[in-house]
Amino acid sequence: MKRLMLGNEAIARGAYEAGATVAAAYPGTPSSEILSSFAKYEGVYAEWSPNEKVALEVGAGASVGGARTLVAMKHVGVNVAADPLYTLSYIGVNGGLVLVSADDPGMYSSQNEQDNRGYGRFAKIPVLEPSDSQEARDFTKFAFFLSEEFDTPVILRTTTRLSHSQTLVEEGEREEIALKEYKKDAAKYVMLPGYARLRHVEVEKRMARLKEYVETTPLNRIEWGDKSLGIITSGIPYQYVKEVLPTASVLKLGITNPLPEKLIREFAEKVERLIVVEELEPVIEEQVKALGIKVEGKNLFSVIGEYSPELIEEKIKGTEIRNAGDLSSAVPARPPLMCPGCPHRGVFYTLRKKKLVVTGDIGCYTLGALSPLDAMDTCLCMGASIGMALGMEKARGREFAQKTVAVIGDSTFVHSGITALIDVVYNKGISTVLILDNDTTAMTGHQEHPATGFTIKNEPTYKLDLPTLVKAVGVEHIRIVDPLNLAQLEQVLDEELSRKAPSVIITKRPCVLLKKYQQDTATRYFVDDEACTGCKQCIRVGCTGVYFDDDAKKARINLKTCVACGLCPQVCKFDAIKVMEG
Amino acid sequence: MSKEVKNILIVGVGGQGTLLTSRIIAQVAVQMGYDVKISEVHGMAQRGGSVVSQVRYGEKVYSPIIKKGDADVILGFEKIEAARWLSYLKPEGILIVNDERIDPLPVMSGKARYPDDIIDKMKGLVPSTLVVNASDIALKCGDIKVANVVLVGVLSKVMELPIEEVEKAIIAIVPPKYVDLNIKAFHEGLKLV
Repeated sequence: MKRLMLGNEAIARGAYEAGATVAAAYPGTPSSEILSSFAKYEGVYAEWSPNEKVALEVGAGASVGGARTLVAMKHVGVNVAADPLYTLSYIGVNGGLVLVSADDPGMYSSQNEQDNRGYGRFAKIPVLEPSDSQEARDFTKFAFFLSEEFDTPVILRTTTRLSHSQTLVEEGEREEIALKEYKKDAAKYVMLPGYARLRHVEVEKRMARLKEYVETTPLNRIEWGDKSLGIITSGIPYQYVKEVLPTASVLKLGITNPLPEKLIREFAEKVERLIVVEELEPVIEEQVKALGIKVEGKNLFSVIGEYSPELIEEKIKGTEIRNAGDLSSAVPARPPLMCPGCPHRGVFYTLRKKKLVVTGDIGCYTLGALSPLDAMDTCLCMGASIGMALGMEKARGREFAQKTVAVIGDSTFVHSGITALIDVVYNKGISTVLILDNDTTAMTGHQEHPATGFTIKNEPTYKLDLPTLVKAVGVEHIRIVDPLNLAQLEQVLDEELSRKAPSVIITKRPCVLLKKYQQDTATRYFVDDEACTGCKQCIRVGCTGVYFDDDAKKARINLKTCVACGLCPQVCKFDAIKVMEG
Repeated sequence: MSKEVKNILIVGVGGQGTLLTSRIIAQVAVQMGYDVKISEVHGMAQRGGSVVSQVRYGEKVYSPIIKKGDADVILGFEKIEAARWLSYLKPEGILIVNDERIDPLPVMSGKARYPDDIIDKMKGLVPSTLVVNASDIALKCGDIKVANVVLVGVLSKVMELPIEEVEKAIIAIVPPKYVDLNIKAFHEGLKLV
């Protein structure tokens, strides 16, 4: 029987059925469920790597070692892995290697919306784009064949909508693929200039062979309909096109790098109006134009944001939407916010109170940038907080550095913060770095990492000791504090900021959503109306557990959401937030 | 089997359990032999943001997301979330609103007011709007967390889904030790329509 599966689960299924035995990833929305699903299969090795570069290098090693290998990451993760990726294109594979790039049009959970099909073109790697979970499973299996047949890594490109939609999948049996023989072959695997020059020739030959191959692959197909309108599309937009333009002729591309020139010409010649429907960059459109074919695309559609069925209907058919009404402008926005009891809240409340410049990083704690905490000045990419704090110090001097902190999560620090901390010490910076250690990779769904002491399969392993690591790079001043003990946190911050030397403050408390977090279920707080002056200081912690009653002009505790973390009683100057007796 | 595709939009606040509701409804449709697609929100919005999950079933489903103005039913787990997504409802569609107020950050911090008349506004546009109190029913069942399954009951009645198929789906999806509680919540939900 067919089963509903997330696009991400289907990719894992496809890799499993294709006989993959090794998989590596660093978590990142919308890619995270790929590895967590794959890790559940028997007889496979899976790992959370410290970052995407390492994941791809582990993948490269496994492939050279003869195993079919899956590597997965979000779109910006591929930037981290770009160095090995470009040269892996030259090396090729031994066992098939499939790299999943999960792009995020609309930036549901990302800092940019780059289109990673560009990597395929630049690195000269074939790109596959499934359009539902069945294709995610089928294309993944096929990608391993393609990888080995053409001696190339293959990019399977998904988007949030594909990764996080569930559609029906017909599963198959796993093929047991024997490990390929490993033979030392320096001319293929050692990219010295002399060897690399020869490999580049092979890469170009491979792309030429692939260009022929994609003309006839069943992954690219024409669905003839009314020839007055022809649509070229791929991935999720294919589904939207079929939904709102059921009679149009469609050229559905399953492989978007390289493109099938002859097939495109054949299609273009037979339709009256030709439109490319692709989210983000005009990757297909520009290449079609380069063939001298008259085509529409980004003249109708934006390069910004995620598409939708109604958008395609509106831009192509010009239909107006009929609906029951629209109240979207009558309701206040609901931005995401830190959970009640979140240990990060104490940190950002304190940083805001002290009016510090905060170079931030990627994780749940990036929410510290939002009102009412408003306690972040920059957030660029994974690991950037520490380097940016040092850069600010070098630009503006030590006095400025004594009012600046870098804030980075435990998983992000291991991912790519450590090298910047080495820089701080090496180049005589005095940065104060806060490592917010909540013992997990929270934002992406609580994945383990090297400093949690558990593997992806939940097996105990060596627990990277952050204080020891930090000490080893040369930081002499290391403090460990509870982020929900505001007085202690503030005192330690004062001491470390005034120091003319680098220091690291580790704020240690597990994520409130973790099972290992010992929730205090006995304590209940209430607001004493006699004592409450309505000053709203407690509201500035930005927690759903405490709100302001406009009619009574008093603060109130929301007992449905409050987890009694004890933060708001600490900020109240009038001791109005009290523990309920009995 | 109905050939026409049915579109259900389930909206709420990250953490309210909209995913479980959409997965149960989708599982029922799978059991009944329909083509089914669900679209979900993971990641940052799950941290207390506005979340939406979409269920579509019928003989053949293409898009995993519902076209604006095409939802047969909107099930709002929270009042202003129901209003936020109203533009997705068909002119003759059904609106179900859980009588739950969760203040978003701008309201908590006093920068915006929670629109107290939002139910009236919705009823003004959709006179048949059905308002239920799933949290109270869930508490009576023994655990506020099953409010989402109370709403499965409401939705099942509205969509005329067979009771035994929904029970089968609940058993398939919910951890064994919570099955009884969830079945009870489901039946309480059925009574609300």
